[in-house]
Amino acid sequence: MVKIAGIEMKNPVMAASGTFGNEYSKLIDINKLGAVISKSVTLKPKAGNPPPRICETPAGMLNSIGLQNEGLDAFIKTTIPMFSLFEVPLIVNVAGETIEEYVHICKQLSKHSTVKGLELNISCPNVKKGCITFGIDPKATEKLVKAVRKSTKLPLIVKLTPNVTDITQIAKAAVKGGADVLSLINTVLGMAIDIKTKKPKLANITGGLSGPAIKPIAIRMVYQTAQAVKVPIIGVGGITTVEDAVEFFYAGASAIQVGTGSFIDAQAIIKIIEGLKRYQI
Amino acid sequence: MIQEDALVLDQKQISDKYFKLTLKSQFISNNSKPGQFVNVKVSPSITPLLRRPISIHKINKENNSFDLLYEIVGAGTEILSKRKVGEKISVLGPLGNGFTIKNTPALLVAGGMGVAPLYFLAEEMKKASIDAVILIGGKRSDSINCEEDFKKLGFNVFVTTEDGSKGEKGLIINLLRNHLNRQAIYACGPKAMLKEISKMAAHKKIGCQVSMESYMACGIGSCKGCAVKTKSGYQMACKDGPVFNAEEIIW
Repeated sequence: MVKIAGIEMKNPVMAASGTFGNEYSKLIDINKLGAVISKSVTLKPKAGNPPPRICETPAGMLNSIGLQNEGLDAFIKTTIPMFSLFEVPLIVNVAGETIEEYVHICKQLSKHSTVKGLELNISCPNVKKGCITFGIDPKATEKLVKAVRKSTKLPLIVKLTPNVTDITQIAKAAVKGGADVLSLINTVLGMAIDIKTKKPKLANITGGLSGPAIKPIAIRMVYQTAQAVKVPIIGVGGITTVEDAVEFFYAGASAIQVGTGSFIDAQAIIKIIEGLKRYQI
Repeated sequence: MIQEDALVLDQKQISDKYFKLTLKSQFISNNSKPGQFVNVKVSPSITPLLRRPISIHKINKENNSFDLLYEIVGAGTEILSKRKVGEKISVLGPLGNGFTIKNTPALLVAGGMGVAPLYFLAEEMKKASIDAVILIGGKRSDSINCEEDFKKLGFNVFVTTEDGSKGEKGLIINLLRNHLNRQAIYACGPKAMLKEISKMAAHKKIGCQVSMESYMACGIGSCKGCAVKTKSGYQMACKDGPVFNAEEIIW
């Protein structure tokens, strides 16, 4: 049993936001996970970006999904009750265009006992408003986190973007605003061009890079952030094996998330949980 | 669905770029229907990273295996073509919805590699005593596959190639015009072809199902990567599809 900011978990391994839905219950025992982070929830339903939304890159993939989701009301009506059937803490990832939206969503979610924590997405690079615009500016980060902090008693995780010059500045601002935990990193802004058509491979032109390709960036940022703040850090970015996970713990993480790794091997997250038992961390 | 390391029972090169891979899986061979696919990890390496969605081509009940018919189109399928008998390949499947088989005279339209799922469909139609006509189109004679296999099922097969090296010369659409007396169309192939077929089917009020291709990541509906634009918003090719009613698609 581990406890991160008051959230009790069987182990420190979580499914990362946007990569994991109840579909995986057909392939693995979800109850074995430390926690599941939902896909980002926005106030209104979001259609998402036009296709193509993904493309493969060396040891990685670019995505520009654009936060396609059912919206807060449907999430409360269907997804929360569905997750209440599992014995795994549900942490809801929240995305907004304005401070008021984040506050409203967090307040509503806090009324549901199935929700054990909130993760603020201030780092999605694929939408025009909100999200990353907060996460690249320390002042905006602090202001947003402070406002959300007042609206909920739930453990508050803030998910940071690597698309900044100095992540420790943003990390410190989030902690100052009242973040209990930081999770990092979200995807790295990237682009790929089809040399036959001379056009970008993604309809949205740019997208977020994930997968093993970004692991060294994530390790570096977790390490730097761990030196700069005292709150627990959840490491995420390119983890596909138990060795990857262990590397994050040595960099200073208290827990980890598996995202793209689940696409490659649905059982990766279970193998990591089992594998970690061999390590003294 | 299941994720398992499936034993390679056979790997045959059919022509320059086309291969047929036979994989052992009791679960997939017993639980698949035409139009469904498997998401294949072509190698355990992190490059290429993502699984490759490939249609189920044939079920071999006698030895609990299934066939994948595929074309080398990039690095992933190139690696897949080099995998050998006795090795194991991680597959996730069966995935997707598959075709809905209607009990009316059918027209199966395949562009290039589109024959892969349509052969499985034709076998099921034969079992259900549904009459089918098969149209196969391709660029050249070496991109026409399975002609004899469909004939062995007892169905009429018409072939067309863009350069005229096999069958009639021209596009499959021209061939299609002569067969619009059928009551259900099942099509798989390039998007431009599916769009034309869908227009013709709508004009003649013939029910038409199309199997849509898309880049995919998870293959099970979690990542929202393989969006297809439909009248009811973005749907996922992997979970809501890959087979859609043609009239639902916004081309």
